[in-house]
Amino acid sequence: MLKLSTAPHLNTPTTTKGIMLDVIIALMPALIVGLLVFGMGALQVVITSVAGCVLFEYIICHYFLKSNPTTGDLSAIVTGLLLAFNLPSGFPIGLTLIGCFVAIVIAKMAFGGIGKNIFNPALVGRVFLFISFPVQMTTWPKPQAFNFMNTDMETGATTLGILKHLKADEFAQIPELPSYLNMFIGNVGGCIGEVSALAILLGFVYMLYRRIISWHIPVYYVGTFMLLCSIHWLLTGEIRHEPLIHLLSGGLMLGAVFMATDYTTSPMSKNGRIVYAIGCGILTYVIRFYGIYPEGVSFAILIMNAFVPLIDSTFIPRVFGTRRK
Amino acid sequence: MELKTFPMGGIHLDKHKITSDKPIIEAGLPEIVYIPIKQHIGAPSKIKVQKGDKVKVGTLLADADGIVSADVHSSVSGEVIKIDDIVDADAYLSTMVVIKVEGDEFEPTIDQSPEIKKEITFSAEEIVKKIRESGIVGMGGAGYPTPIKATILEGKRVNTLIVNGIECEAFLTADDRLMVERAEEIVIGAKILNKALGIQNAIIAIDENKPHAIEIMKKITRKYVGVNVRVCESKYPQGAEKQLIKAITGREVPSGKLPIDVHCIVQNVGTVHAIYEAVQKNKPLFERIITVTGDNAAENPQNFRARIGTPASFLIKQVTTHPENIGKVIFGGGMMGVSAVNMDAPVTKLTSGILLLNDEDATKPPETACIRCARCADSCPMGLRPFAIAIAIRNHDNKELKQLHIMDCIECGTCSFICPARIPLLDYCKLGKMEIRKQKK
Repeated sequence: MLKLSTAPHLNTPTTTKGIMLDVIIALMPALIVGLLVFGMGALQVVITSVAGCVLFEYIICHYFLKSNPTTGDLSAIVTGLLLAFNLPSGFPIGLTLIGCFVAIVIAKMAFGGIGKNIFNPALVGRVFLFISFPVQMTTWPKPQAFNFMNTDMETGATTLGILKHLKADEFAQIPELPSYLNMFIGNVGGCIGEVSALAILLGFVYMLYRRIISWHIPVYYVGTFMLLCSIHWLLTGEIRHEPLIHLLSGGLMLGAVFMATDYTTSPMSKNGRIVYAIGCGILTYVIRFYGIYPEGVSFAILIMNAFVPLIDSTFIPRVFGTRRK
Repeated sequence: MELKTFPMGGIHLDKHKITSDKPIIEAGLPEIVYIPIKQHIGAPSKIKVQKGDKVKVGTLLADADGIVSADVHSSVSGEVIKIDDIVDADAYLSTMVVIKVEGDEFEPTIDQSPEIKKEITFSAEEIVKKIRESGIVGMGGAGYPTPIKATILEGKRVNTLIVNGIECEAFLTADDRLMVERAEEIVIGAKILNKALGIQNAIIAIDENKPHAIEIMKKITRKYVGVNVRVCESKYPQGAEKQLIKAITGREVPSGKLPIDVHCIVQNVGTVHAIYEAVQKNKPLFERIITVTGDNAAENPQNFRARIGTPASFLIKQVTTHPENIGKVIFGGGMMGVSAVNMDAPVTKLTSGILLLNDEDATKPPETACIRCARCADSCPMGLRPFAIAIAIRNHDNKELKQLHIMDCIECGTCSFICPARIPLLDYCKLGKMEIRKQKK
């Protein structure tokens, strides 16, 4: 018997699972740096988060929806990694699991699972934890490169935290900050996956090479933020507004490369993506410079996530043979 | 040299052109041929023969019924043993003239000499008449009767003839081989069409993955004024009419309009070659070049010159000794071809290839959820949004479908091909077009 089907009879080798696997590979440099810098504390968070996310998705599919579990598409692993990357090293296991629950069960599966969620699940998990457990979420172990087994961790403030809490009479002085090189390679305090700009850039290049994402969202996002930040810095002349410090510290790079580019929660046309990225950049600037939090990336992306349906119905690509309306 | 291409969407496809170095060989004569009387867009032709009639190669079997129709000729000599409705490659019942082959006698009017006749002595009207009497239709797959495209209607103006040698479909090499082996005849065919259209400008468009054809065509066209070669980027669907016109001339056929509205006529190289043979050699369209191929199901893929009406099985037997391994028989290429219900369906004027897939390759992967990656929209050569079309179809929202310009879909299959969730987006698009057409009636 011959098989019958409609055209086309060929498919690209790329599948959803393949895309997720590429994202996981792209996240590896940041993971390695996180483990080297923070040691066992980071490993514990990453393992808990990934296992928790996969488990919750499996439970929801198998026991509640009575459907074939979608955990095979690896997207829960990506969410787990991204959630862990947005937590401080040594974050308690129980709280990490609460984050996984919020990310997978509330932000993803309740909306219909992969492709249907409005907000980035990992960011919803992180923001939930950030608001509910502010103390644990801002307990930052100091970097301790290669001292892997050391569990007796000193804690300290992150770069953005130091800058945010400077008093008015300290603005003119140069505070004690990590060197640019340390900020670039990741030997600084912060969330597990956000510390190394270099590692994130490696992941970015890999995803561009594999055509997983286009350059538009990360470049427009960071570009917009840097532009506003530079103007602010030039007008005030204060070291706490120095753009390069803002670029290399906090979750900007991680957010711009891995979180804002999430397919499901970002617009589907090129112009839409640009508008969305510019919005993320503006909001990050506003929150970092005028808000009460030192960091604004998570909130900025989540707020722009909410605008995606509107952006999608406004920025429609031109159809061949027609004029743009 | 700068490569021409279209700006919107498109994909770089693994082309599987495994037969591009295989010379065209004669497929030989089957015992019985099945010649459908409708191998074109438009009205079925009127049958002129009856059971028991003796026919020769080139004998008229059916007469065009009106302007949008085409003559059909016998491809063999022998006896008409049946005229019946038989299942064709598209799984529809189609009226076919069944001829038992006896010998290989040609109609005496056909010039069988191998020499190339360069001088064009006919007037424009005579050329169009000869094209009509030879039953020529668009051989790239559309099947639009060619005489219509060789006549300029009142109020229309043409300044460019584009001879389409792109063949961007996966696996097919019939046009490629024809350009390599019959370059001069194609160029003369283009000159003939130029004369019929009253213009001086023909462009032969070839994509970069056919270096041999480009080289030969460039050499030949140097001797002919008004025929030039343009090399295009090897991108799918570069051979689609609107994408090709955009690449070559920069003009964009407006939505709902035809190439002639931007003063272009596009003809496939196979059609242009058939025009040469019709006008210069008095030869009706009764045979064509067919690539019979496949990565895993064809051991010895070939480019055949086969008579119209030859059962596919007759050709398949010549490329594989293990037909039991075949899981799917596709008339056409991997992207736009039609999957046939049985191996005995006959080749027609439009069959550019027969693609064989083994059982594994023939199995379509299961569909998963859309992840909104937008690859379908980013790669659509018409700038459509297949994901939105799929949603509108599921919601039975015909108003939305029209706003999504569903009727502009060229059915190239890029969206289904590229979808990582394996959603059959092209099926949704075709369904949407049917819905809109139904509404119009």
